[in-house]
Amino acid sequence: MKRRPMTGDHDHGTLVIGGNSPIGGIEGKTLPASIAAVIGCVMVCLAAGQSAAQATTEAAATPSANAEPVLTQAFVVGNLWLLVGAMLVFVMHLGFACLEAGLTRARNTVNILFKNISIVAIGTLTYAGVGFSLMYGDDLAAGWFAWSGFGIDPGETGQSPAYNDNYPYFTDFIFQAMFAATAATIVSGAVAERIKLESFLIFSTVFVGLVYPVIGFWKWGEGWLDAAGFYDFAGSTLVHAVGGWGALAGALILGPRLGRFEAGHGRAYHGHSMPLAAIGVFLLWFGWFGFNGGSVLSADPASMSLVFVTTMLGACAGVVGAVSLSWFLFRKPDLSMALNGALAGLVSITAGADSITPGSSIIIGVIGGCVVVVGILSLDRLRIDDPVGAIPVHLICGIWGTAAVGIFSTNEDHTLLAQLLGIAAAAALAFPAALAIFFVLKLTIGLRVSPEAERIGLDIDEHGMEAYSGFQIFNTQ
Amino acid sequence: MRLVIAYIRPEKLPEVKQALFKRDVLKISVSNALGCGDEPTIYEQYRGRTSEVDLHKKVRIEAAVNESFVQNVVDGIVEGAQTGEVGDGKIFVIPLEDCYRIRTGEQGHDAIG
Repeated sequence: MKRRPMTGDHDHGTLVIGGNSPIGGIEGKTLPASIAAVIGCVMVCLAAGQSAAQATTEAAATPSANAEPVLTQAFVVGNLWLLVGAMLVFVMHLGFACLEAGLTRARNTVNILFKNISIVAIGTLTYAGVGFSLMYGDDLAAGWFAWSGFGIDPGETGQSPAYNDNYPYFTDFIFQAMFAATAATIVSGAVAERIKLESFLIFSTVFVGLVYPVIGFWKWGEGWLDAAGFYDFAGSTLVHAVGGWGALAGALILGPRLGRFEAGHGRAYHGHSMPLAAIGVFLLWFGWFGFNGGSVLSADPASMSLVFVTTMLGACAGVVGAVSLSWFLFRKPDLSMALNGALAGLVSITAGADSITPGSSIIIGVIGGCVVVVGILSLDRLRIDDPVGAIPVHLICGIWGTAAVGIFSTNEDHTLLAQLLGIAAAAALAFPAALAIFFVLKLTIGLRVSPEAERIGLDIDEHGMEAYSGFQIFNTQ
Repeated sequence: MRLVIAYIRPEKLPEVKQALFKRDVLKISVSNALGCGDEPTIYEQYRGRTSEVDLHKKVRIEAAVNESFVQNVVDGIVEGAQTGEVGDGKIFVIPLEDCYRIRTGEQGHDAIG
């Protein structure tokens, strides 16, 4: 997912339908029927508006100026699709909120929802303040570090096709900002039910504001990883594994929930709402069409349609993989494993969604689904407590999906070696950085709530509020 | 006056209600309860871990009645709730000191009926 102004060497570049013809000249061009149907009325409105504007200009008798940027169809359609993609990625935050609330206990529901809504706000604001500049700013250190000032500023040409053939500056920003917040949301599930709210919020601010964009720059900002041939289409590594490393660091430093691995046998802390968890996964799945589909960064029909198919097949295969393995191992079909399986398939397919065949996407998804079950069981064995399975889904499947590009890609430029380099590079910054932030927080304001607070529940202790006021809840564990 | 308290299987509540109504026992209270007795531990599965459920979900029924009605209530509950398996529940009958009807202020046998 490169987003620098494209110059012509791009793979799935502009949707060349009308060349550089003004948008008013759409009639008579061979626009694909499906897209034409969707954007038809937008085009008509814009065309009408433009001719009216031209008429005014002509009336003012200044034909020589003609400085108005030429809007190509690719620019208009691409922009529209990216904005829809941004909205779909936003829906993923609702999905995360539902999933995390559903897979944790009723007494911590207000807390987990509070974290989710805060992260969207924090993630977007920090990304506007420094993140976008760090990720896509001017290269200052040979592909290792970028910066072009605080805030977001499209400059003189940012809002025209001179910026990019397929979208203007602000569309670029909002689409990327939705991704940034996702990386921090991943962490909240793994540290749920025991982390102090203020510590988590500080962690998220630093992690999304500084760590995520620097790693993102290495690849998507055309930094050194990009030059080394690493490929990560929509972020198996750059978003999911980075968030996953943060989740692992948090779970390690925090330790397990009280009594989770007490002497003898561990206890399962059942999620309190499987319907909520299922809704969350369906919303995430839905949003993923924007996450992957939007990452085409244009409305190129060939690439978009392939990405939709590989994304869908990968997710379905993930469900099948996770269900088969968990049913075989546990003798009963576990819904939470099926749900994690769908996400495992989606994370696994994200790195190569535009450069693998549909057949390969099924193989990648099935393996991802199996990996997530093994991952959940292994973490349990290692006594690392991850209430929602964020580490297996985002970290382990993120790594698998990234490596899979090196194995299954139809593009000969993608090599397994470069993929492993990218995985290692992201790990080398994200994991130590997350550990350091958590460790500093632990030494200063503290990271974990008191045992009493954990027993009563974070809802009452941290917020003085019940999630289900008026409903009868049995606290049996 | 007696207070009859019964713990039954939740899924037998509709049948118990029918059996009580059939015997003209129309005033009961029902609440959720958790409890353990002879019923064996059951096991639930969640994400690869098996967890013991030692407190079983039960339903608690209370009926305050005059002495002459106690047998009716007990018979109704037994008829509706019995499966013959361990875990059907128990019925306790305890003396009831007094009773008031809030709406009218009536007391004792008049209030209970």
